[in-house]
Amino acid sequence: MPYRLLRFGLSRKHPEPPMFRRHAALRGSYDAVIIGAGGHGLASAYYLARDHGMRNVAVLEKGYIGGGNTGRNTTIIRSNYLTPEGVKFYDESVRLWQDLSEDFDLNLFYSTRGHFTLAHTDAAMRTMRWRAEVNKHFGVRSEAVDADFVKRMIPMIDITCAHHAPIVGALYHAPGAIARHDAVAWGYGRGADRRGVEIHQQTEVTGIRTQGGKVAGVETSRGFIATPKVLCAVAGYTPRILDMVGLRTPIYIHPLQAMVSEPVKPWLDPIIVSGSLHVYVSQTARGELVMGASLDPYELHQARSTLDFVEGLSAHMLDMFPFLGEVKINRQWAGLADMTPDFAPIMGVTPLEGFYLDAGWGTWGFKATPVCGKTMSHTVATGRNHPLIEGFTIDRFSRYMLTGEKGAASVGH
Amino acid sequence: MSEFAYGGSVRASPDPGSCTDAEWSDYVFNRAGSPGIKREWWCHIASGYWFIVERDTLRDVVLATFPADAARKGFIPPVPAP
Repeated sequence: MPYRLLRFGLSRKHPEPPMFRRHAALRGSYDAVIIGAGGHGLASAYYLARDHGMRNVAVLEKGYIGGGNTGRNTTIIRSNYLTPEGVKFYDESVRLWQDLSEDFDLNLFYSTRGHFTLAHTDAAMRTMRWRAEVNKHFGVRSEAVDADFVKRMIPMIDITCAHHAPIVGALYHAPGAIARHDAVAWGYGRGADRRGVEIHQQTEVTGIRTQGGKVAGVETSRGFIATPKVLCAVAGYTPRILDMVGLRTPIYIHPLQAMVSEPVKPWLDPIIVSGSLHVYVSQTARGELVMGASLDPYELHQARSTLDFVEGLSAHMLDMFPFLGEVKINRQWAGLADMTPDFAPIMGVTPLEGFYLDAGWGTWGFKATPVCGKTMSHTVATGRNHPLIEGFTIDRFSRYMLTGEKGAASVGH
Repeated sequence: MSEFAYGGSVRASPDPGSCTDAEWSDYVFNRAGSPGIKREWWCHIASGYWFIVERDTLRDVVLATFPADAARKGFIPPVPAP
């Protein structure tokens, strides 16, 4: 037995290198403050420190890292969107995802599986062909496929969906992938922390001070911080922060539920989405089926999960995969989706100088974590919107220039 | 399948003939997104009956209900303090 291992085993303490430093005190000022230590907030902090030399940054989290939607999504990564702005944006995200595990020296369990958006009607196939053409135009690998292809790639599927809604074809997106959701927050967080960013958990923002039309600082549960730049990346809590600065947006909050089965032997390689049946499912590296469905159809600011959700989703799952009848559901949960009318995010500068917004991520935020960090860090550092987010400005609604991505959202609405 | 359908918050429309584009887009798109006690339109699907519900959107508790024409008739009791 190696001597060092023996000595380690016999010693009374077994110190593990911590993932992050714990800071006893909050400093009086920082060059920038990020509200929200989820994937987006921590990714922004990481790129601010790594690419823009801004290390005097604090990330404030009222709960624990990745405890919001970053820890509650169904981990699907794809770029098969409908608009040119969306496709370019999400494609850049997929490219960034692929190198992240190596950049972080942390296993994100990133796994390219292929992604099917099933079409059950001719009208749906029309949308799939539209998406495939826009995707191909920008070099993204997507194609419209027929029912035979679907059956060959997913042999265990009931192609008739219990004769309720027969599958006529699909949009097949080969780069579609899954990853371990909270690992991306840990990876970005550790990377930011190593470069000097301070992460403060259990620290709630209670107010934002302005002076002369500019951000002056942030009131927190642990005292006031002076800062000229604030990035708000709090997903379902966005309206509450925006009230602090008097900004109005279209954002409305609905719960989005999800559930996971017990682990079973690997049988599902690709990721399956059905807009008609309001189902999306993938199988993790541990064999669990991670499943989600539509948004809850009413406003609610509670991440609670219900019996009717599980019943409804299970029924639709059994339409596609009837052999799953005996598989048990282990866990169900919810997150708070910050929805927008065009199913595209709200990113970038705002009318309040020094206040930057990363919100309106609804049901489409997890896949965008890396590109959001990259574009928002550029925006915060330079004070100007990154070119990739020009379709997502806060003022597009007043100009009636929406970026219509509802046709490419996988979540029923 | 649900017995009731949510129809969004009760909101007063500006006069489309005289309001500015900014006021109109604010009415069409912007929302009061924070949690609180809100008045909302709900529909009883089986009977097609629309009515107004006063609901705490943080605790998901229904506090009161009113017939649909309570808004039209101008009878809107003030929202109770939280």
